[in-house]
Amino acid sequence: MSTTTLTHDEAHHHEAPKGWRRWLFSTNHKDIGTLYLLFALVMLFLGGASAMLIRMELFQPGIQFLDPDLYNNLVTNHALIMIFGAVMPAAAGLANWMIPMMIGAPDMALPRLNNLSFWILPAAATMLILSFIIPFFPGGGTQINTGWTIYPPLSIQVGMSMDFLIFAIHLLGISSVLASINIIVTLLNMRAPGMTLMTMPMFCWTWLVTAFLLILVVPVLAGGVTMLLFDRHFGTSFFDAAGGGDPVLFQHLFWFFGHPEVYILLLPSIGVLSHVIPAFSRKPLFGYKSMVGAMLAVATIGMVVWAHHQYTIGMSLGAVTYFMIGTILISIPVGLMVFNFIATMWRGSMTFETPMLFAVGIVLMFTFGGLSGVMLAVVPADMQYHDSMFVVAHFHYVLMPGAVFGLFAGVFYWLPKWTGHMYNEKLGKIFFWTNVIGFNITFFPQHFLGLAGMPRRIVDYNMMFTEFNVVSSIGAMIFGLSHLILLYIVIKTIRGGKKAESRAWEGAKGLEWELDSPPAFHTWTVAPQIK
Amino acid sequence: MNDQATENRSNNRRTTLLLSGVVVLMFGFGFAMVPLYNLFCQVTGTQSLSQRSTIGQIRPSTDGVDENRWVTVKFDATVNPNLPWDFSAVTHTMRVHPGKTYEVNFLAQNRSHSTVTGQAIPSVAPWQATPYFSKLECFCFNKQTLTGTQKTEMPLRFMVSTDLPEEINSMTLSYSFMRLKEGEKQPADADLPPLIAANPDN
Ligand code: HEM
Ligand SMILES: [Cu+2]
Repeated sequence: MSTTTLTHDEAHHHEAPKGWRRWLFSTNHKDIGTLYLLFALVMLFLGGASAMLIRMELFQPGIQFLDPDLYNNLVTNHALIMIFGAVMPAAAGLANWMIPMMIGAPDMALPRLNNLSFWILPAAATMLILSFIIPFFPGGGTQINTGWTIYPPLSIQVGMSMDFLIFAIHLLGISSVLASINIIVTLLNMRAPGMTLMTMPMFCWTWLVTAFLLILVVPVLAGGVTMLLFDRHFGTSFFDAAGGGDPVLFQHLFWFFGHPEVYILLLPSIGVLSHVIPAFSRKPLFGYKSMVGAMLAVATIGMVVWAHHQYTIGMSLGAVTYFMIGTILISIPVGLMVFNFIATMWRGSMTFETPMLFAVGIVLMFTFGGLSGVMLAVVPADMQYHDSMFVVAHFHYVLMPGAVFGLFAGVFYWLPKWTGHMYNEKLGKIFFWTNVIGFNITFFPQHFLGLAGMPRRIVDYNMMFTEFNVVSSIGAMIFGLSHLILLYIVIKTIRGGKKAESRAWEGAKGLEWELDSPPAFHTWTVAPQIK
Repeated sequence: MNDQATENRSNNRRTTLLLSGVVVLMFGFGFAMVPLYNLFCQVTGTQSLSQRSTIGQIRPSTDGVDENRWVTVKFDATVNPNLPWDFSAVTHTMRVHPGKTYEVNFLAQNRSHSTVTGQAIPSVAPWQATPYFSKLECFCFNKQTLTGTQKTEMPLRFMVSTDLPEEINSMTLSYSFMRLKEGEKQPADADLPPLIAANPDN
């Protein structure tokens, strides 16, 4: 029926193009998905390198080899590269690969836009990296010592690298907004006949919500950093108290974006779990409708609780109480999702291949991060925990399992589909265990450090924090190096391996498994009929 | 067949336009927050810093000096980068009895060679203590003018109210000195000595 779509016409004159043109001019969702994923992998290693430097510096008290501004510059750069360079593009890569195959569409709805949203990314990453290295050149100004939250007035005083960073954020924002528009249009208009919104695969639902969140909050961040740019160069005083502005306004704009952003990072991985757990439990997902409802609730409440990051700024009692109750309320739908996953596993005939190992690990560790989140949500407690290593422990426990491990699970689950080869299961398991054990050794002690009063974002620390920091740094080495195993597995699987069947996992359900592994360059040019 | 494709195309275009509209609206919303935020704070008093009017208003002490109670008051001095002054507290911390009047001095010096006018903005932390901290005489009540390189002491006479809630036994009074010059914002002059940290002991 819909053989003659937009994409099909266009794809014809560069059918199976060769060399660099295939990638630079690509409008093919699979190729663009691959580009996104490879980009994310490179960024994962860059961001990882900065994290290793941070942990090496913190191995001992005192200042080892990073001066304080450079240390803070690394902290800033690490966060931004991981969030905007690794996690978001990796999730977008999964979306590009899987959404059209899952909903029986020949491609994304707006393939040229798709090309643009990817190719903005390398430019943005270049700006981001420049913002880190420019201070090392003569006349390059001071380092970005603000942390990823770039609060004024400090961010107004930073040298020109802040302008590069602001520009990078603009580019990253444009890229993710374009990608989101594309994803929403695809999901709303391109589903195979017979597939309704309430029967589409859960990964699609999570991305629909994520994409909506992105187009609602990213423009606000873009506005905020634009005002920052104006304050820096054009004499405005949006955030300068001397001119009648208010630095706290920036915090509100930032966290209006920043809190929903954590769900933007989380939800695609929840989508992956909604496929992995049923496949390896050999049972359908428990409570599809309640999952959708919970997700919508999380997204909606998540838009209006941002100031739990700002309890200490001196809000009125009424305001902090509102933000506290709102924040704690979110743990109800979040908990519901977790219970749905557990109920899916309940009495299933489970097997523990690498994707499933990650999935079970996520359910355990993410829940732990959620618990420390509830501790932080309580105002009087947060007065103590705020800006301590406890917060660092909290968000790594939610972000690593909640976002990164979810993406790992997805990569291992769909790698056979993408490459046509099975990865080496034994190596996959070794990767899982070193990764997860390294992660816990790194971040678990940071809870204690924070509770004992060690502040975050400071290069030096009191002698009494030495032991836990040593443990944490050793864990970080294991954790960081374990990713080399991932790299090896991915390269090895791309180049060869046991042939994957079209249904690579016998419990896997969904349209994508009806296609060959690897799928043809163009798939679903004739839309499937959904029974 | 072609109808289907055209229909798809126009559907996609419509949705794309709609979503782009949302993006533009949200970008505008960010900027609309600037006036809305101030309005919201004024109406609800959510941001305790905007309740500045209450600072300086005395909560009358109901009964003389409370000799049995000690409250620690800390003083913090900050200069906005647009003001080429050094500004610091002579006394950094002091123990006081509620109901009794005390005097402390702040030190200000103009680092530039021209006459500059500034205004100090006070704030109290924790904010709950704000109405109980009364300034009887303060350099922050008026704008201050210093001629080139002039150095001066600025006095503050204050009293902590005996009604100060039980649970508060220490508070910080913080001043930010800002340049007063209507309509013009001037970055810190490049030929001036570098800004010193406002307060050497924290
Ligand atoms: C039950 C759910 C959660 C609650 C109640 C919660 C609560 C909080 C609170 C109150 C803070 C502020 C702590 C402070 O700065 O003093 C915080 C920080 C943070 N949370 Fe959560 N959180 C939850 C889930 C999540 C999830 C799912 C993610 C991401 C996937 C996340 C990521 C973060 C990040 C990145 C920060 C630190 C931001 C920064 O200051 O740089 N949280 N959380
Ligand atoms: Cu949050």
